Amino acid sequence: MSVFSLAASRTFRGVSVKIPRMLFSLLPNDGYSITILNSKRISWPQSHSANTTRLLSSEPLNQKIPKVATWEPVPEEQLPPPAHIPADLVDKLERLALVDFRTKQGLACLEKAIRFADQLHVVDTTGVEPMDSVLEDRVLYLREDAVMEGDCAEKLLQLSKTTVEEYFVAPPGNIPLPKGEERTAMLKNSEF
Amino acid sequence: MIVKKKKSSVAPQQLVGVVGLEIHAQINSSTKLFSGAPVRFSAPPNSLVSFFDASLPGTLPVLNKRCVEAAVMTGLALNCAVNRKSLFDRKHYFYADLPAGYQITQQRLPIAVDGVLTYSLLGGKKRNQVMRQNVTIKQIQLEQDSGKSLHDDVRSQTLIDLNRAGVGLMELVMEPDMSCGEEAAAAVRELQLILQALGTCQGNMSEGQLRVDANVSVHRPGEPLGVRTEVKNINSIRYLARAIDYEIQRQIDVLQRGGTVQNETRAYDSKSGETLPMRDKEGLQDYRFMPEPNLPPLILYEDDASLPTGIDACQVVVVQKIKEGLPELPSVKRDRLVQTYGILPEHSFTLVNEDGLVDYFEAVLKATKKEPRKVIGWVTNELLGHLKQQDMSVCQSPISPSALAELLELQETGHISSSVAKQVFQEMWRSPGKTALQITQEQDLGLVSDTAQLHIICQKVVDSHPDEVRAHNVAFLNKLMGLVQKETKGRADPVLVRAILQKKTS
Repeated sequence: MSVFSLAASRTFRGVSVKIPRMLFSLLPNDGYSITILNSKRISWPQSHSANTTRLLSSEPLNQKIPKVATWEPVPEEQLPPPAHIPADLVDKLERLALVDFRTKQGLACLEKAIRFADQLHVVDTTGVEPMDSVLEDRVLYLREDAVMEGDCAEKLLQLSKTTVEEYFVAPPGNIPLPKGEERTAMLKNSEF
Repeated sequence: MIVKKKKSSVAPQQLVGVVGLEIHAQINSSTKLFSGAPVRFSAPPNSLVSFFDASLPGTLPVLNKRCVEAAVMTGLALNCAVNRKSLFDRKHYFYADLPAGYQITQQRLPIAVDGVLTYSLLGGKKRNQVMRQNVTIKQIQLEQDSGKSLHDDVRSQTLIDLNRAGVGLMELVMEPDMSCGEEAAAAVRELQLILQALGTCQGNMSEGQLRVDANVSVHRPGEPLGVRTEVKNINSIRYLARAIDYEIQRQIDVLQRGGTVQNETRAYDSKSGETLPMRDKEGLQDYRFMPEPNLPPLILYEDDASLPTGIDACQVVVVQKIKEGLPELPSVKRDRLVQTYGILPEHSFTLVNEDGLVDYFEAVLKATKKEPRKVIGWVTNELLGHLKQQDMSVCQSPISPSALAELLELQETGHISSSVAKQVFQEMWRSPGKTALQITQEQDLGLVSDTAQLHIICQKVVDSHPDEVRAHNVAFLNKLMGLVQKETKGRADPVLVRAILQKKTS
C-alpha cells in the first residue's frame, strides 16, 4: 500500500485529475463503440480506508463483491504428486526457451510454479472441449487479396544496427548453445 | 570336403525402398498469407515486407481469403475431405530467417485430410503401357513461408531477406506409398500439372514455388519400416528421382556392410549426384506447438443454404461454389483427348505431360484434314523428339503448327512420300521460316508418280536382277522396291511402284 501511494504521489502530486468513466458496449454489427458517461473531478488522495486499493475510483465498491475472500486454498492431498524435474529436462528447457534457471532458487521457483498449476487437476473436465483462447468463438476475418503494405525497406532496415546492402545481418547458422557447465561458467560473472 | 557356406548379412535383393514426400507449394496469390505485402519472385531485398512479416511488436495476422480458396481447391482436386473447421497453431524454432521465432501453421486440425493423388507411369518393356498408381495424401495445411538466408562464409555472416517471409504455403504430406525415384518423380509431375491447371501454384521447382523433401528408408517387405532419412535441396523433378535412388542404394549398402542407417537430414548435391549430411545437426527438435491465440478457428460453409443469416458474402468461403468452379484436371483432359481424337492413352499422356503440346496438337488438327491418329505420331515422335534432343520447350519450336500442317498436307495429297516427309521435317527444323513446299521444290523431292518414267526404272531394275525374279521368294518384291527407290532417291510413289513390279514379275 505504501509503495502504491508513493508511486501515485510521484505521478499526480496532489493535483486533481479529471478521469472520464467509459463504458464499452458491444454492438452486433461492427466492433466496439465507446460512450463517455460522465467525468468527475476527484480530489487526491482518497481517504476511504476501504477503498485504498482503488484510489482512482470515484465510487465505492460494488455491493456484490464480498468483503472477505470466499475461496480456500486446495488441500495438498487433492493434488497429484509434485513433479520432480530431472537435470537433463532443465537443460532441455533452457535450450528450447533460451531461459536460464541458474541457481537452485530458480529451480525452486519453477517447481513452485508447476505446483501452482497442478491445482487445475482438481477440476473435472470430462466432456468439456479445451479452450484455445478467449476469441475462439469469434468470426475469423478474411482479407481480400489486394496489396496494401510493403515497400518500406528503409524503415525496417533503420531498426537494425548492422545492415549489408539492404539485407539484415545474422551470424552464420545457429550457434549451438554451450553445454550446461560452460553456460554457468559464462554467466557467473554477468550482471544478470 | 567341408564347404563353408558364405553368410551374407543382408540379402540385397529383398531390401526395397520406401519413399514418402513432403511438398511445400507456394500459393499463387497477390499478397501474403497473413499480411497485405505483395508476393513476387525477384524484388529488391526487404522491399516486399510489411511490419507483420518483420514481426514488429503490435502486429497481428489477418488471413488472406485467396489462400483459403486455393487450399480448398487443391484439397477438392485431390479428393480430400475438406474440414469445415480448421485451427491454426504456432510451431516454435529459432532461426534468423524466422523473425517471430515461430511459424503459424495448422498442426492439430488442417484444412484438408485423407486425399488421393493418382499418377501414371509409362512402363512395360517398350515404355508405352500406362500404369496408374495411387499415393495417399495425409493432409494439406496452410502455413507461412520463412525468409531467405544467404550464407556469406567469407565474412562469417548470413544475410537475411524477408521478402519471402509470410508467403502462403500449402504443405502436402504424403504417406510412404512409393518405392523408388521414378514413382516419386511421376507423382510430383502429376501434382505439378494439377496445381498449374487449378492456378493455385505455378509449380516451378527451380524458382522454389514447389519444394519437395523426400523421406527415404529401406526395409524388407512385410517387416516394419526402417530408419528414415530426410533428403532436402532438390531443385527439379529429374534430381528428385536421382536423389531418391541414390539414397535408397546408399542405405542398402550401409545395411549390407552391417552398419545402421542414421536418422538424419541430408542434402542432395546435384553436381556429384550424392546426398550429404547437412551441417546443422540439431538433433530431435521440440517445436512446442501451441494454438495461435490471435486467430479464431477457420470455418468453411458447405453451400449457400448453410450460411448464417446476415453474414457478408465476401467474408465466407463456400465449398460448393469452389467445387463447381474447378477447371479441367489433367486426368480428365487425358480421357477427353482419347475420346475426342481416338488417340491411344500413352499418346494422350505424353501430350498432357508436355507444356503446350496439347495446344500445338489441336492447332495442327485445325489446319489439316489428316486424321488425328496420323498426326499424333508426328507430334509425339518427330516434334517432341527434336525438342528433347535440344532441350527446348514447345513454345521454342522452330516449326509452327501451321507449317507442320502444311507438310502433312503435302504428304496426304501424295506430293511426297512419308520417308521424304521426314527429311523435309529435318530441313524445316534446320531452316526455320522455310515452308515444306519451298523445301520440296528446292531439293526436288516431289513424288515421282509419272507412270511412264516409273515403268522404265522398274524394267531396268527387273532386268538387272534376274536371279531375284526367278527366286520369287517372299522378300524379293521389297528388295526390288528398295532398288527402285534408290534409283529415284526415295521419291517414287511406293504404291505405284509395287503395282508395276508385281505386274512385271508375275
